[in-house]
Amino acid sequence: MADIAHDMPVAAQAPPPRSSGLAGWLRANLFNGVTNTILTLLCVALIAVAVPPVIRWGLVDAIWSAPNGKSCHGGGACWAFIGEKFRFIVFGFFPANETWRPASVVGIFVLMIVAACDRRLWGRRLAMLWVVGLCAVFALMRGGALGLSKVETAMWSGLPLTLILAVVGMLFGFPLGILLALGRRSRLPAVRAICVGYIELVRGVPLITMLFMASLMLPLFLPAGFTIDKLVRAQVAFILFAGAYLAEVVRGGLQAIPRGQIEAADSLGLSYIQRTRLIVLPQALAMVIPPLVNTFIGIFKDTALVIVISLFDLLTTAETALSDVNWQGFYIEAYVFVGVIYWSFCFFMSRYSQLLEREFDRGKRR
Amino acid sequence: MTSEEASLSIAPARPAAWRDPKIRGIAYQIVFVFVVAGLIAFVVHNTLVNIGRQNIATGFGFLHREAAFGIGESLIDVLPADTYARAFLVGLTNTLHVAALGIVFATILGTLMGLARLSANWLVRKLAQVYVETFRNIPLALQLFFWWGLLNKMAPGPRQAWQLLPGFFVSNRGITYPAPLASPAYKWVALAFVIGVVATIAVRRWASRRQMASGRQFPAGWIGFGLIVGLPAVVFIAAGAPLAMDVPALKGFNFSGGDAMSPEFAALLIGLVVYTGTFISEIVRAGILAVSWGQSEAAMALGFRSGQRLRLIVLPQALRVIIPPMTSQYLSLTKNSSLAVIIGFPDLVSIANTTMNQTGQAIEGIAMIMAVYLCISLAISLAMNLYNRAVALVER
Repeated sequence: MADIAHDMPVAAQAPPPRSSGLAGWLRANLFNGVTNTILTLLCVALIAVAVPPVIRWGLVDAIWSAPNGKSCHGGGACWAFIGEKFRFIVFGFFPANETWRPASVVGIFVLMIVAACDRRLWGRRLAMLWVVGLCAVFALMRGGALGLSKVETAMWSGLPLTLILAVVGMLFGFPLGILLALGRRSRLPAVRAICVGYIELVRGVPLITMLFMASLMLPLFLPAGFTIDKLVRAQVAFILFAGAYLAEVVRGGLQAIPRGQIEAADSLGLSYIQRTRLIVLPQALAMVIPPLVNTFIGIFKDTALVIVISLFDLLTTAETALSDVNWQGFYIEAYVFVGVIYWSFCFFMSRYSQLLEREFDRGKRR
Repeated sequence: MTSEEASLSIAPARPAAWRDPKIRGIAYQIVFVFVVAGLIAFVVHNTLVNIGRQNIATGFGFLHREAAFGIGESLIDVLPADTYARAFLVGLTNTLHVAALGIVFATILGTLMGLARLSANWLVRKLAQVYVETFRNIPLALQLFFWWGLLNKMAPGPRQAWQLLPGFFVSNRGITYPAPLASPAYKWVALAFVIGVVATIAVRRWASRRQMASGRQFPAGWIGFGLIVGLPAVVFIAAGAPLAMDVPALKGFNFSGGDAMSPEFAALLIGLVVYTGTFISEIVRAGILAVSWGQSEAAMALGFRSGQRLRLIVLPQALRVIIPPMTSQYLSLTKNSSLAVIIGFPDLVSIANTTMNQTGQAIEGIAMIMAVYLCISLAISLAMNLYNRAVALVER
């Protein structure tokens, strides 16, 4: 059979379709087959219908400067509104002549977050940097010392407030989460039951309930005559809420520690606290860093809910800016502006967590 | 040996009771329970003192009083003169309504987008990615405001309503869409559908038993399709195909006819679906990627057709990965529906909020919200756990 085939002349075939170059790429990725060609054409049609009006509204017909809202109603977006309200939306009620203070607070937060992303810095020095940074944030926001005028927490608003709620909620929720996770994995039934009850209760109800609870019920819980700042109340709610969610993330890491590690620690004669601090937690926490970043993104987005207890975070200041009688009806502009700010933070962090996940996987792949 | 080592490294030997892990464990637990109980007692004591001092009423007696606030929309009849209990019931039905619709549509959107992100088509893949990356990274509260602003504040009045499709209008009164006119035929079609589903299940059982026994296959899929789709269709045509639709038409200053969604409901539903859809699409994508390509190759080598391969090999394995995170997405969608309060849709939380403001009874209001959400959470996880058990890996 094979010999005959060798002797038979083979008819010349057309070369295979090009797989390189622009034409090859188009054929391989957009027009391989009837279904894909139809899908490509549908997508192109969708883009052709949706994108030009958006560009026309946002760029071509947009009005970039206007003295007031009435002269800003054209066919396009009124970015003059954002220009007029920029300071208020981002920094809220903070005294206008002190704007540099919340602005540097935002700068410090961004620096701290960026520094935390560099793995070479992970360790004591980063922790010191964060402690110093947070002290600086509170000194700058609160004032009352070093020649800075004192600013009440009711004036703290906009992006700095959003960042404070999220970062402090995460930082203080983290130790709580570790304790809850350890409690949930404990061999002592009473400890376990209480921790499971707390975690499931908090995770089972919406965050709004926690915020209502903090704003309406916390004053009732405390001894008579003991008042507590509204911002602190919301912050407590975020810490309690974050703690329950972080506990489940940490538990994932704890469960992934091989039993042998714990047995080895026991056989070395380490106590429970030594074993947990030196053997279990370092490994468990390193494993769950990517989901921890994701939890932080979730908490950052959830801070937008403080609007229900009328704290003026970034979203609430935008809503307030919209109620100015001189500048009415610029909803889309305001939401797009605020949306871009939220999006930039979340997108950056989610990309970072994906990167970490890939890097952590590298050791497991061969 | 261990006791010898212990006595060497840790100096003085103590009475055995101190060192006994069992006794120590009990001691720790007693201390822990006492601390927690003390904290609770402290809070309860303070609360009672504060309530007494501020003259806040307690108990659920307020539920039988007249609520005296109007509720914008509801599935059941409600008047301002109705009781708080009735108002809570309305809030609960509204929450369940939007959550149920949201779960269905978010699953559809998320699955489509998850498949699109795995498409061989570059453009489809990138568009799906843009959707996911955009809407996942913006807070839901902001998205709700955006949709609500678009539907309630930016949308024109009914006279200049945007017409999306024939019969579908978007105006500041909400989304108006055609609804089929009530006809007795629909009852029979629904009955035929139920019969079709039951018959299909019976046929499949019989077919798989026969295949197990004799190896002969039976086209249960096609028969099932005929029973579920064909039977109702036949009934529908036999009943004279009553296709009359109640199409909304502009009458005076508003639409008449058809069905309508209020701007609040529509904004909440769109926001929840679009936001949750991004997470579901990631879950679906991860689930399908988790099934190794070797499984598909093995199925092809065994001669499975592509439909069979998907249905019998890939999906059952992908579902196992997909279901647990999907459950938590359904739960979070339900919990997120409480954001309705910020755009004024009368869900459970917003009605409880109004009640708390009117009666001052925050503890009872929050307790009711928590109880309801915990029940919903438990019900959804129970249902999904049952389903999960049905598709879980059966190990020998």
